[in-house]
Amino acid sequence: MKHSALLAVGLCGLALFWGCSRPPSETVKIGAIFSVTGPASFLGAPEEKTARMLVDQINAQGGINGRKIEFIAKDSGGNPEKAVSFAKQLIEEDKVLAIIGPSTSGETMAIKDLCEQNQMILVSCAAAEVIVNPVARYVFKTPQKDSQAATWIYRTMKDQGITKVAVVTGNDGFGAAGKKQLEDLAKVEGIEILANEVYDKAATDLTDILTKIKGTPGVQAVVNWSIVPAQSIVAKNMRQLGMTVPLFQSHGFGNLKYVEQAGVAAEGILFPLGHLMVCEQLPDTHPQKKVLTAYRQAYESRYQEDVSAFGGYAHDALMIVLEGLRRAGEPDRSKVREAIEHLSNYAGVTGVFNFSPTDHTGLTLDAFLMLVVKDGKFTIYQP
Amino acid sequence: MALQYLLSGITKGSIYAVVAIGFNLIYSATGVLNFAQGEFVMLGGMVAIMLAQLGLPLVVAVGAAVIVVSAVGCLLEITFFRKLRHHSILHMIIITIGLSIVIQEIALHIWDEKVRSLPYFTGNEVSSLKFFGAAISPQVLWVLGAIAVSVVLLHIFLRYTLQGRAMRACASNPEAAMLAGINIPNMRTLSFGLSAALGGLAGCVISPITMTHYEMGAPLAIKGFAAAILGGLGNPMGGVIGGLTVGILEAFAVSRLPAAFNDVAAFVVLLLVLFVRPHGLLGRPGGEAVREH
Repeated sequence: MKHSALLAVGLCGLALFWGCSRPPSETVKIGAIFSVTGPASFLGAPEEKTARMLVDQINAQGGINGRKIEFIAKDSGGNPEKAVSFAKQLIEEDKVLAIIGPSTSGETMAIKDLCEQNQMILVSCAAAEVIVNPVARYVFKTPQKDSQAATWIYRTMKDQGITKVAVVTGNDGFGAAGKKQLEDLAKVEGIEILANEVYDKAATDLTDILTKIKGTPGVQAVVNWSIVPAQSIVAKNMRQLGMTVPLFQSHGFGNLKYVEQAGVAAEGILFPLGHLMVCEQLPDTHPQKKVLTAYRQAYESRYQEDVSAFGGYAHDALMIVLEGLRRAGEPDRSKVREAIEHLSNYAGVTGVFNFSPTDHTGLTLDAFLMLVVKDGKFTIYQP
Repeated sequence: MALQYLLSGITKGSIYAVVAIGFNLIYSATGVLNFAQGEFVMLGGMVAIMLAQLGLPLVVAVGAAVIVVSAVGCLLEITFFRKLRHHSILHMIIITIGLSIVIQEIALHIWDEKVRSLPYFTGNEVSSLKFFGAAISPQVLWVLGAIAVSVVLLHIFLRYTLQGRAMRACASNPEAAMLAGINIPNMRTLSFGLSAALGGLAGCVISPITMTHYEMGAPLAIKGFAAAILGGLGNPMGGVIGGLTVGILEAFAVSRLPAAFNDVAAFVVLLLVLFVRPHGLLGRPGGEAVREH
């Protein structure tokens, strides 16, 4: 009796073992480092969910060139040191084909050189320009650049005849990066910044700063650049003070929660964003329409939560690696890298990618479009 | 313009003040600086929002939130402080820091990282009251009202009820109070419960202005703490004066300096006041202001 039980257990174990490693040469390992928990969880959590969902979908359809994908995800908690040790693990122990992520720029810069030296393909989901400038042969990224968002804001202003603005930013990394872009591009685009204020990211009320702006003669519009709840506070306080100039926000406003929190005060806010949140309003001929609608429906039905632009970064990172693999035909890193570098007109969630040996972002200004809040919803801005 | 800065300062200051009142009560009854006070504020907002979303009327949601948070306060005291072998003030303060981290994590798991808020009690996101061209949100009046009611009720409680007097006795001389038959642990539980209730109420009334999320507690506690120190630890009215002073200082600092410096301005003034009056604006030397009520 004992023996047969042992035998049964052994057989089960053997079966499991076979089940896992059935065709060892036929799976391709893809590594991922996302900050699923911690302060950047609003980036990492949807990114990890997105990548996992896509891997399941692709495996259900038979994989890439007959090879199944094995997805190895690590949670860095937004910590660059953890990102480094996970990257080493993925390179040396798991020997993955490519790494997607990390979620934040700090983590990406911590492992950029490591990946380049080990000839490991890295497709980052973080936005900072330094990730791809200077270009490292094995390092790519999928989000749009901050400078492109700032350019959109300034060009929309010029269309409306606005040349004198006030800039308010949060005192976190995102706010600081945006402040720099807004300052640098102001001269290029012919915009004059009359007031430039930084507020605490935990600010509870901003009427004092806005009073100062209201009292600054000549201000025709306010730009706010942050990812914190203060985005809604700015909108409410402006209206409470009776300010009538338009409010522009960064792409950090691309979350309907913030619109809900600002209520009627959100009406008329203008901001640049990718096409995902308004995909149903795009014409059927738009190159991204199909991939956007498919991603949004799949994500929202699987996870029962609103899709966000951040998950889209991971969508593109994974799909770009897999498209590279498809074109290379075999999981050989240098061939896959070569294939990614020559991808052109590849429609992703964030935009249409055109990589080249000198451009590892691959996106142009039209990866953004200008949105306006109307009746509590995002709609495409028509000048 | 100056009037508008003043009103902005009152808006901010009322938020600090309403947090500071809760700080003061625990301090005056036990000598503990409760660094989890900000978490009580956060919990109050979170519970009220959850109940309001279930369809309960605002008044009921706020009332229930205050009761729930108060119960949490009592429970924390009973679980973590009553069995403590040495009731050294330092031990208890360190425990409150630990509790604040734990409560934050629990809130993150019960609710999530998203920002939410109660609706404005009167009007909406854009309504404001105008005074000579300057504007203020009607919600600020609700916050000021909550402050006034809390201060008056606390005063009556501490001065005219047996329980309140017993609490003051514990603060002024625990050993004598014990000899007089006062149950000190029960008094400590009561003070935690009351402070938590005050924090919970604060969390509800400020929610439409500041919005509520799981990380809001710590920054509020720091400002509320500064307000309490400035006003004089242990004195509820001192917390109010201190809070409004810090808020108004910040607002006028913005009018002259870049906004990034407004904390610097507020804290420089705080330090200067403490050099001259180490016990705060309304505090008495020794800090046991509650005895003087």
